Amino acid sequence: MDLNYTPEELAFRDEVRAFLDETLTDDIRAKVRGHGQLTKADMEGWHAALNARGWLAPTWPKEWGGCEWNAVQRHIFEEECAMADAPRVVPFGLTMLGPVLMKYGTREQCERYLPRILSGEDWWCQGYSEPGAGSDLASLRTRAVREGDHYIVNGQKTWTTLGHFANRIFCLVRTDPDAKPQEGISFLLIDMDSPGVEIRPIILLDGTHEVNEVFFDNVKVPVENLVGEENRGWTYAKYLLMHERTGIAGVGFSRAGLAMVRRMARAEMHKGQPLLENPHFAARLAQVEIDLMAMATTNLRIVSQAAAGQAPGVESSMLKIKGTVIRQEINDLARRAAGPYALPFPSEGLEGVNEPPIGPEDAGPVAAQYFNNRKLSIFGGSNEIQRNIIAKVKLGGGR
Amino acid sequence: MNFELTEERRMLQDTLRRFLSDRYDSATRNAIMAAPEGMSAEIWSALADLGVIGALFSEPDGGYGGEGFDIAVVFEELGRAGVVEPFLDTAVLGGGLLAALGDERQRALLAEVIEGRLHLALAHYEPGSRYDMERVATTATAEGDAVVLTGAKAVVVNAEAAGHLIVSARESGAVDDPGGISLFLVPPGSKGLTLRGYPLISGGRAAEVTLEGVRVPASARLGAAGEGLAALRRALARANVALAAETLGAMETAVELTREYLLTRHQFGRPIGSFQALQHRFADLLIELEQARSAVINAAGQLDAPADERDRQISAARNLIGRAGRLVAEESIQMHGGIGMTQEYDLAHFARRIIMADHRFGDTDWHLERFIELSAA
Ligand SMILES: Cc1cc2nc3c(=O)[nH]c(=O)nc-3n(C[C@H](O)[C@H](O)[C@H](O)COP(=O)(O)OP(=O)(O)OC[C@H]3O[C@@H](n4cnc5c(N)ncnc54)[C@H](O)[C@@H]3O)c2cc1C
Repeated sequence: MDLNYTPEELAFRDEVRAFLDETLTDDIRAKVRGHGQLTKADMEGWHAALNARGWLAPTWPKEWGGCEWNAVQRHIFEEECAMADAPRVVPFGLTMLGPVLMKYGTREQCERYLPRILSGEDWWCQGYSEPGAGSDLASLRTRAVREGDHYIVNGQKTWTTLGHFANRIFCLVRTDPDAKPQEGISFLLIDMDSPGVEIRPIILLDGTHEVNEVFFDNVKVPVENLVGEENRGWTYAKYLLMHERTGIAGVGFSRAGLAMVRRMARAEMHKGQPLLENPHFAARLAQVEIDLMAMATTNLRIVSQAAAGQAPGVESSMLKIKGTVIRQEINDLARRAAGPYALPFPSEGLEGVNEPPIGPEDAGPVAAQYFNNRKLSIFGGSNEIQRNIIAKVKLGGGR
Repeated sequence: MNFELTEERRMLQDTLRRFLSDRYDSATRNAIMAAPEGMSAEIWSALADLGVIGALFSEPDGGYGGEGFDIAVVFEELGRAGVVEPFLDTAVLGGGLLAALGDERQRALLAEVIEGRLHLALAHYEPGSRYDMERVATTATAEGDAVVLTGAKAVVVNAEAAGHLIVSARESGAVDDPGGISLFLVPPGSKGLTLRGYPLISGGRAAEVTLEGVRVPASARLGAAGEGLAALRRALARANVALAAETLGAMETAVELTREYLLTRHQFGRPIGSFQALQHRFADLLIELEQARSAVINAAGQLDAPADERDRQISAARNLIGRAGRLVAEESIQMHGGIGMTQEYDLAHFARRIIMADHRFGDTDWHLERFIELSAA
């Protein structure tokens, strides 16, 4: 047991810091702090910068252009990026589809798609959820019928994050309607430009457009776009979800969030004193920090086990719940710290180039961010579903 | 003891509920929120004609109510329907201060308020004051027959629509001195007065107000010089009852939407309301809702108590509703899943109303602190 970084790990951290110092512009950092204002070009720019440095795919094998970093390196990297207000790397190609293709795809599929993920030529989105199939994903109904060397796809996906930026979507589709729900699902790669694909925006409660509905009307998909075997898609989907949940603890985001709350509360005055010195506020802040300190170590314990070849099961569900609850609590503290200045809605009209922000610098986006991050406990398997998983494993469903 | 509403208040409640369910559906509200004024003049005058504003004033002031329970009944209904029009700012705060402090000429404005022809806004809190009532840095300096106002006011709700701003300013004393604060009626076109307007995340509009040597006649002063704080405290107590009741109404709607959704949304071949993990949490929401209802009753019923006891009850209500409201808003969204996150679905609006109420006239912690102080006194 040793909680300190080794000299090599410290050197790695310095290397990451230097890179971030050099690469991240103030403009991008400010946008990341200022919630939801990153453009597609901003995200692509950051993606390209990481790719140029060879740091885009921390978990991928070197063979495919990855870093093969160990758990501690990945942790250091994520934390430094979050603390430096770096944009989040869009995960759909890199951490979701990539690993599935490497494990279950053909050599041709890997050669075709993996380099395009790294280069940014392909922007993937995730077509799992449907209006009737959320937590009960296996009840999905989007239908794919084989006709010669094509599938004909009909149906609807929803909540498709950043689908409006994507040129490709990986979908779970039903290929055998007569089998048990989990046994009739296939994993299909679909070109968003195909005739019959239509995308419509969904606006979230903070006014942002990040998710979409995607409709499929007799869309022709070549058979070679099937990943793995027909009707085995559920297995691949679960494998992907496991990857989706790594990094879900969001330790770096929470640390960055706490730093911001502290900065706000130092500047905000309450009865002539900094809010940070107010016992009620200080107690709330300390409580979250205490939880985060323990969770950061839980995270490292679990991730390093996973690296040693032990699959994170129940533990990743635990991290998902604790990590999201802590992040949401920090968002709640940020809105409290802003006081009355949480009320103004930073709509586009206000972001005029020369207009100073309304109220203190950090206050503008905090309410919107608070509302937006209610999603953290809903997506990626809701926190209720995670609890069901934990209980089922440990109690066997009570049977 | 009697927990029944009077016949008159029940009628008011029925009329208001019927009107709002006919005329204030989500499409109407969304259109109002998208409009540049952030409110509907038509709805405003229709509600004034129904007597909604009159219910907030006593008979001597030209109304037919004005007690704590009148405020609570009206605002609970406004909250249930998610109304964004600034009744609280124009009638309870602005009208309340005119009624309490105005001379005959100033009180003449009350009729216009009650008839729905005049908007008001209270410009009191400042960029550095957070929720502190007595912290006023804006100055009022006498110059002959005039008074010159200089300072800045933060998040002044309804400022752009107001026919008069009620501006607090310090005539003497240190920045946090309870004495020395006066209130002035300031017309919006005054020289040296600037508004920077913006929408609020929960609906409605506010402005940053800057006063650079704004000259008003001494007759613009409301009440005696330097003695504004007691009236402000009372007006804010009434506003807190209104806000608490409005939030209660919004919580009722959020819980009802959640109840319906738990019964109709199916996953795993059954209604999600059949999962015990959700049933218990839904039961908790109902418990907290009744707690909130009682807290509003406690506060409304003590509105005429001596100031410290009144404010202790007010702070108890706002603290409890801050906690219960957060639970209701967050749990309602969570139990809806993705749908609860969307602009289009009504719950979003109610969740925003509930949470953002915690950012006016003191938040959950501010009221806890004041409750502790007043309990020790
Ligand atoms: C912002 C956002 C982005 C998203 N991005 C994507 C994306 O890119 N791609 C994609 O495919 N999906 C995406 N999703 C969808 C997300 O995965 C689903 O919202 C999630 O699976 C929940 O499904 P649902 O919304 O249909 O809620 P439901 O499944 O209807 O759940 C409603 C409520 O019931 C609870 N519940 C359901 N079943 C049980 C049970 N058995 N026991 C106890 N409680 C239960 C849930 O926890 C929830 O509280 C996104 C969602 C959001 C909000």
